[in-house]
Amino acid sequence: MSERVRLRVFAVAIAGLLGLMLWGFAGLPDFGDYRGPYGDILNRVAVPERSTTDVVTAVNFDYRGFDTLGEEFILFAAVIGVASILRALLGERTRRPDDDAAGRHVPETSLTIRVTGLGLVAPTILVGLYIVAHGHQTPGGGFQGGVILATALLLTYLSADYMTLRAVGPTWLIELAEGMGAAGFALIGFAGLIAGGAFFENVLGKGTPGELLSAGTIPLNNWAVGLAVTGGFVFMLSEFLKQTLTRRRVRHRRRHGERTQA
Amino acid sequence: MLLLVAVCATSVVLARDPLRQAMVASIYGLVLGILFFVFQAPDVALSQTVVGAVALPMMILLALAKVRGGER
Repeated sequence: MSERVRLRVFAVAIAGLLGLMLWGFAGLPDFGDYRGPYGDILNRVAVPERSTTDVVTAVNFDYRGFDTLGEEFILFAAVIGVASILRALLGERTRRPDDDAAGRHVPETSLTIRVTGLGLVAPTILVGLYIVAHGHQTPGGGFQGGVILATALLLTYLSADYMTLRAVGPTWLIELAEGMGAAGFALIGFAGLIAGGAFFENVLGKGTPGELLSAGTIPLNNWAVGLAVTGGFVFMLSEFLKQTLTRRRVRHRRRHGERTQA
Repeated sequence: MLLLVAVCATSVVLARDPLRQAMVASIYGLVLGILFFVFQAPDVALSQTVVGAVALPMMILLALAKVRGGER
């Protein structure tokens, strides 16, 4: 296809897309004009029924808890995918992370970054925990808080070094957190079944709206998801770091070995 | 605000160097988060900010570091 023909096909396509988009946008309801019945119903019943002041969390972890279970396992599957893609391959040499071989240049972290980063670790953890703990009252919850907690470990890497990260978050601990969080969330769902209700039925006492210990299983779900998300994100990041920092392909040695075998 | 998001999104597409693109994408994630907040969706805004402004650029940077380390 010549360039002119290609441009012509593109022009027709983009004109068609533009027309359809404008037509579609023209038919959208106005901003704030909500016609579905569910949002209004939930806004009315969530606070008295579930003692949550954050209706979004009530939907995510209670009314549609089953959907969140699916999302939870999307993350789980993604983590497993990363782990299996970034595993040590045949012909790759895993170097000890504190290996100071000649020619390996590690730039020194500046003092400013060290101090600022380490100073930010504690507040970041606190914010993360707060957001997980108050998921049923204020915006946020397990997922958002979990990612913030994961960034706290990342800050350790940025301001200290890889060895410190490995010491603070060893792989077994990260895997345990991810697994326990994901399993815990599913088990809380089963608690509803065991109590004689439906999957993800909120079986615990609801308490007073606005208090930390209220809303039944919703805060528990938040903690489970927070644990799983923290574990999952830290695991993915540390797999990437491991891959970047400690693994090298050993092309020459391998070719040499093949030759001697033949 | 909408205009700012559009400008940021366009600059993500127009940035040619992947390293620079990761940084621009981070700013775009933050701006999009602010837009969600302005439109009264704080839950989504939080998710967008942590994922779009922190987690995603981080993954891109680590992948870039690996790819460039392999070239050397």
